[in-house]
Amino acid sequence: MLGTRATEDAAGGGEVPPVRARGLVKRYKEVLAVDHVDLNVQTGDVYGFLGPNGAGKTTTLRMALGLITPTEDIVELFGRDPMREGAHALEGVAGFVEAPRFYPYLTGRKNLELLAALDGADAKERIDEVLELVELAPRAAHRVGGFSHGMRQRLGIAAALLRRPRLLILDEPATGLDPAGMRDMRALIRRLADEGITVLLSSHQLPEVQDLCDRVAIVDRGRVVYEGALADLRRQGGAGYRLRTTDDVRALQIAREQRGIDFAAAGEHGLAFQAEEADVGGLSLALGAAGIGVLALTPELATLEDLFFRLTENDGAGEAEQPPPALAAPPTADERLVKAP
Amino acid sequence: MSSVSASAAPAPIRGTARFTRPATLTVYRWELRKLVSQKRTYLGLGLAMILPLIFVVVQSLRTRQDRGGENIFASQITHSGLATPVLMLLFLSVFMLPLIAALVAGDIVAAEDGNGTLKTILTRSVDRGQLFAAKALAAMTYATIAVFAAAVVATAAGVAAWGFNSVTTYSGTVVSASEGLLLVFASNASYLIPLLAVASLGVLLSTVTRNSAAAVVGTVGITILLFIIGQIPGLEGIRPYLLTEQYENWHGLLRTPTDWAPIAHSAWVCALYGVPALIAGYLVFLRRDVAGG
Ligand SMILES: Nc1ncnc2c1ncn2[C@@H]1O[C@H](COP(=O)(O)OP(=O)(O)OP(=O)(O)O)[C@@H](O)[C@H]1O
Ligand SMILES: [Mg+2]
Repeated sequence: MLGTRATEDAAGGGEVPPVRARGLVKRYKEVLAVDHVDLNVQTGDVYGFLGPNGAGKTTTLRMALGLITPTEDIVELFGRDPMREGAHALEGVAGFVEAPRFYPYLTGRKNLELLAALDGADAKERIDEVLELVELAPRAAHRVGGFSHGMRQRLGIAAALLRRPRLLILDEPATGLDPAGMRDMRALIRRLADEGITVLLSSHQLPEVQDLCDRVAIVDRGRVVYEGALADLRRQGGAGYRLRTTDDVRALQIAREQRGIDFAAAGEHGLAFQAEEADVGGLSLALGAAGIGVLALTPELATLEDLFFRLTENDGAGEAEQPPPALAAPPTADERLVKAP
Repeated sequence: MSSVSASAAPAPIRGTARFTRPATLTVYRWELRKLVSQKRTYLGLGLAMILPLIFVVVQSLRTRQDRGGENIFASQITHSGLATPVLMLLFLSVFMLPLIAALVAGDIVAAEDGNGTLKTILTRSVDRGQLFAAKALAAMTYATIAVFAAAVVATAAGVAAWGFNSVTTYSGTVVSASEGLLLVFASNASYLIPLLAVASLGVLLSTVTRNSAAAVVGTVGITILLFIIGQIPGLEGIRPYLLTEQYENWHGLLRTPTDWAPIAHSAWVCALYGVPALIAGYLVFLRRDVAGG
């Protein structure tokens, strides 16, 4: 899979990775919610777990937190299996899946007191501090039943921070927040990351991931379609070019024979190919030598959003084994729908 | 939230803190605290306490004529206040108290599954086994409190209405008021044996069905079913092994000499219902997917 590179990195690292899974599967009757997912979150990562609705993000994070049993394989948190070792495996781990839930009939503070009691150690002494941190201190004496969505989300973060986590697992933490709340949530996550907390963050909000994460796994229908550094993903998609010439048919032939020119294909408006900038010069010289005039040569800088849609809007399974086929030719909107060979 | 207290963020604990699990007793105390904060808790307790009051009020307003063949405690109701708690236990033990026990036992796991708080508490340092034990204990504590709440109200109201007098037991023996009080307490305590088995069934159903209503109705349904089976002619042979038949295990205490046999019998019969239910519930809870909420 695409995750292999990261896996090798991990093997060389020596340190126990905060989250690790290889070939994780969760099946609900006919639904394969998570289909052989590899996860490799390294210490210090802000790891984005990105995918459309129903991709299996929450299901994967539930397995990571030991809430549901994987059908195949296990998730290891710092080398421990939460299904087998129970609470011990969650040492230094905190977070929530879907919306954080609290006892509506207890106040915000009582809820935190309860959770601190279940954490043991010195969690109780940190209640004021975390309430302050998420700006809930003035409302802490009110029942959670009357809290707004944003307040509950913040209480969820507060509850997680009670545990002094080394690893924070957050499932779409900014969902349902207003723009200011979203900005604050991001700022908080970035700050926690700066302090050395490893973050595994699921999201379908690209700006959030773009903003916060250094590594991502993009999942679609239970499968990982990309795993690696965000920068690599950008580079991979950003190196597309469009070319219009006086003779596209011959130009295509030449492009295919040219070194360093990949995935050359005829599109609706001329040619499309991928190449390093240096190799583009070679191609234009070759075209000139063949008497073909260049009408237009434009770099196609794909946004992360484009890449996301390309990776997740393919039909059928199996693409994950190859370079994402949609990248072969930066497509027009219609071409996206065409299944690659 | 980013604007405040830049210094207040947590430091990583890498390698410093040792893993601490909370004491099961702490978990149990918080289970009780949750019960105390919920309205439904008081519904059951209220029922357990209001029924004896209604009974005493109605009985003291009514002019009584002695009927032959009626329960010996019913016939002396106006002679001693201590007859009231015995009669109330007789009435409430068949349906009301099992219902009240089921109301909380059937809810205690399922409700948290439904509203998603189970996932919240299972991502702390508490083990699933500890949480299950604390919940089962809390459900049993509640059943116990309901039984004694009814008994205390019945005794107090009965004594207030008809005096703290000696009372005649099933064997026709007259016992002093203070001995009678002790017998009332012992009877209620021994009724707890079958009732805690009912609560255990409730906790099992609560764990398995993940639905409070289904678990409560299911638990009450099982006791009704067992009760009906006990009434079917020709099935007398299995009657001693029915949970519902153990509801009267305390009758032997109200005789002289005390007949311990029914209590001993009920102890192992009820264990046959309650212990497997708890073990099954525990095992299910340990492995079960928590995806609610
Ligand atoms: N308890 C369950 N029973 C049956 N199917 C389930 C269950 N939980 C999840 N699924 C299925 O698994 C798939 C993945 O769901 P999941 O909630 O993990 O997606 P997600 O990536 O978190 O989506 P979203 O962005 O909407 O939160 C979906 O098809 C969903 O229907
Ligand atoms: Mg989700």
